[in-house]
Amino acid sequence: MNAYVLGLLTLNSIMIIFALSLNVITGYCGQVSLGHAAFYGIGAYTSAMMAVAGVPFLATIPAAMVLSAIFGYFVGLTSLRVRHDFLAITTMACGFLFLGVVRKSTFLGGELGISSVPPSGLGSLGDTLLAVGSALVVIILSLYIQKNWTGLAFRAVESDEDAARTVAVNPPSYKLLAFCLGTALAGLAGALYVNYARFIVPDTFSFGTSIAVLAMITIGGIGSTFGVCAGAILLTLFPEVFRFLGNYRLLTYGSLLILVMMFIPKGLAGVPAILYRRSSSP
Amino acid sequence: MIYYADLLVNGLALGCLYAMASVGLTLIYGLLRILHIAHAGVFTLGAMIGISLTNLTSSLVIGFTGAICLSMIAGCLMYRIFYERILREPPHVAVLISIGLLIVMEDSFRIIFGEEGITLHNNPFYLKTVDVAGIQLNVVFLALAAIAVITLTGLAYFVNGTRVGIAWRATVSKPLIATSFGVDVIKVRYLAFGIGSMLAAIAGVMVAVMNNLVEPSFGSVVSYKSLAIIVLGGLGNMNGALLASLCLGLAESFGTAFFDSYLDRNAIAALVLIVVLMARPSGFGRGTA
Repeated sequence: MNAYVLGLLTLNSIMIIFALSLNVITGYCGQVSLGHAAFYGIGAYTSAMMAVAGVPFLATIPAAMVLSAIFGYFVGLTSLRVRHDFLAITTMACGFLFLGVVRKSTFLGGELGISSVPPSGLGSLGDTLLAVGSALVVIILSLYIQKNWTGLAFRAVESDEDAARTVAVNPPSYKLLAFCLGTALAGLAGALYVNYARFIVPDTFSFGTSIAVLAMITIGGIGSTFGVCAGAILLTLFPEVFRFLGNYRLLTYGSLLILVMMFIPKGLAGVPAILYRRSSSP
Repeated sequence: MIYYADLLVNGLALGCLYAMASVGLTLIYGLLRILHIAHAGVFTLGAMIGISLTNLTSSLVIGFTGAICLSMIAGCLMYRIFYERILREPPHVAVLISIGLLIVMEDSFRIIFGEEGITLHNNPFYLKTVDVAGIQLNVVFLALAAIAVITLTGLAYFVNGTRVGIAWRATVSKPLIATSFGVDVIKVRYLAFGIGSMLAAIAGVMVAVMNNLVEPSFGSVVSYKSLAIIVLGGLGNMNGALLASLCLGLAESFGTAFFDSYLDRNAIAALVLIVVLMARPSGFGRGTA
């Protein structure tokens, strides 16, 4: 396989992990986050700083996950205080805060970011296999959670917090769990991204990225593991497939976002149900 | 001393700009519970049309009128075409549609007017300042503050003192009961989109005249910040939003002066938002106004 295909496979795997990580928080537990790129960024910066300092890449992954989860825990705490749209805006503010701190911090490279991150030493095929393997693990984990007691509790919190309380599900602890789990996985995606791109700039983790990942899970079908994977792949391949549109690519992206949301608001995962209803009702 | 007075005036003027841009957002959120991010696109649209028409006709009055009318139409059309049919969907659907709209609008401006944006051919107000007690004040800044005070006072009178305004407030607090009293809810919604877009267009043209430049990404300065403002004010609460605009304007003005080496403008606004929301989860205001 040539380097282009390997690169695409890696990038798609990273985006699947990133999208599934938001799906735990927003899809399963119902807490809309508009600042998820910050945790992707925390993972990436942790991994990059450690790798530059000489730590082997594989050892930076757990550190990236733990640090992201710690920050995720604190942002999760805000979700106990504010709900719904207030939470969406608060998480958006957390994203801007992260970006502002990174941009102005000379320690983290400022606007120029961190470049010349040393390679992992696994070779290009090894890197791809690592990313694809991690994505598979995350997919299985995601499916497992969905079927598990934890997933049921998440869904209870998502649909009605007060009703969840009456069946002895404690919403705060499950929200915090969702935030920690989701942000840890975002940290994993960030670390893998560093190994893929070898250099990072603050703009990679801007508000646009948070929106892109929310678009992935919504276009895919919020809460559905395979739908979200499809959404992630679709939006990652989008710039490649629509390269011929050149100057009009962003315009097409925006229009598609609008059209999909207007006509299939349940996302790709909702398409089979629509088709089934059409064919069964005359 | 002059330095602090300067910061204060700058902050207040910035606050007035934010207020003009975010009042529409508050009105729309109060009625429909939609975070109308594309409002920033309307703000840019107003500025683009205002500048182009002024250049064409060499009359700022025609530019203003055209910008206001077309932006109102654009705002109402957005409701009719995009939002009306997804009101029953979960809120993130509307947010994503709105962001999609903003992307489409900004990219269309880039394709139509070019990457660098447009300027006024003949701008008599550019960089013109008056001296008030030793502080150099930009004329357009002053005009913006004056217009903000006038329009917002007018709006407050309209909402509190007229029959239409009362119908409007009734719809915000109890849509079903308002309908049973003969209020046409759909008309009220168009009114909110129309007035909100009008205020955004006025603010847009003023800022464009002040900077003598409109770029395609002109609106992003206010877009996410006006979201922060309406949340700070307590979603749907107009007085709260006004207070929040002024606070955010001042915080940014003083914040960038003192903490510039640690945080950028947006981060300062974000920090204010997080701190206030953690202290008062429903923002400055209580309930809906």
